[in-house]
Amino acid sequence: MTKVTMTVNGKSVSGEVEGRTLLVDFLRDAQRLTGTHVGCDTSQCGACTVHVDGLQVKSCTMFALEADGATVTTIEGMGNADGTMSALQASFQEHHGLQCGFCTPGMIMAASSLLKVNPKPTEAEIRHHLEGNICRCTGYHNIVKAIMAASGQDVSAIAAE
Amino acid sequence: MYAFDVTRPKTVAEAVAALAGDEAQALGGGQTLIPTLKQRLASPATLVSLTAIDEMKGVCADGGTLTIGGGTTHATVAAEASAYPALAALAANIGDPAVRSRGTIGGSLANNDPSACYPSAALASGATIVTNNREIAADDYFQGLFTTALNEGEIITAVKFPVPEKANYQKFVQPASRFSLVGVFVAKYADGVRVAVTGASENGVFRWTEAEAALSANFSADAVEGLTASADGLINDLHGDAEYRAHLIKVMTKRAVAAAK
Repeated sequence: MTKVTMTVNGKSVSGEVEGRTLLVDFLRDAQRLTGTHVGCDTSQCGACTVHVDGLQVKSCTMFALEADGATVTTIEGMGNADGTMSALQASFQEHHGLQCGFCTPGMIMAASSLLKVNPKPTEAEIRHHLEGNICRCTGYHNIVKAIMAASGQDVSAIAAE
Repeated sequence: MYAFDVTRPKTVAEAVAALAGDEAQALGGGQTLIPTLKQRLASPATLVSLTAIDEMKGVCADGGTLTIGGGTTHATVAAEASAYPALAALAANIGDPAVRSRGTIGGSLANNDPSACYPSAALASGATIVTNNREIAADDYFQGLFTTALNEGEIITAVKFPVPEKANYQKFVQPASRFSLVGVFVAKYADGVRVAVTGASENGVFRWTEAEAALSANFSADAVEGLTASADGLINDLHGDAEYRAHLIKVMTKRAVAAAK
């Protein structure tokens, strides 16, 4: 076992991990941050998406040891400081960007990562950015709509389907 | 996964020393190796993570050569390889954003997956693969399915790309996995055109020399119209048979030539 220390959602945390301990297992099992989901465990679905040093990664495809010293943000760190939802989260609620909700943490982490570098993405850019995040309920339409709305763009032209 | 240790050396020298250990295996961004470990298809005693080695990261353009550190992620190449736009565009379309945050050029070239994008760019550019102890020409480097000229414990520290006059990469993706069913990288240099094909062959990336000759004489999509890529040795699977892939090679080559800039 090896000790790792990282900053998770603004708080310094430490723990003992095996070499094979995945970052997602460290977050969920040791830190009890269960908002980060394991959907496929094969690096395809994106439900486990978190930010490591500001970059979106699949936490099921990175070892906890590789995040030693890093700054990690999970879905639990995405709300406003007063406990209310961020504009992006509220937009998912407003535009029905989820049904079962299992993929939603990953969708929020991916979308926020896109909006950071591209504050006004086109629909095509949003769909391209979400290539690594799978939703099996919504057909993506309302997710795309929620992200566009969160970026302050008019979504009335995007027909409800 | 079977149990293993993970070490994170800070320098190439430390990594080389660590890789000399029993059952040690280099770990780049892990986007292929970690899924492989989960399937218990590999069982190293020690993984030597290369992600903490700063001297292996970064993109540098100098006098017609673009040098990319072996530990540079696809996302960084996409953002910083503006001196070679076709290469930056290729990197920007590997996998998905999360994969591009972790996956590295050195890892991709060391793995030499027959459907990976980077091998086509390296071969079409006549790139030089720089390791901890030598330089290998791309023409000598790729030796078949998941097989390269790398020795045990050898690390790709950088890749040197001669910047072409024009180039383009066209990928026809397998719609579920988004891996290239066929990808073609075309690069035009003062002394000729090189065409490298990924995704298609049972032996991994290869050069389509007939197209190179035709395009060196006349760099236009029409120049390859009369050619037929051979279906011999091409991958035949449920996503497409060998003849289909052979057809795609020509179509993707024409598209790449038409889009080259």
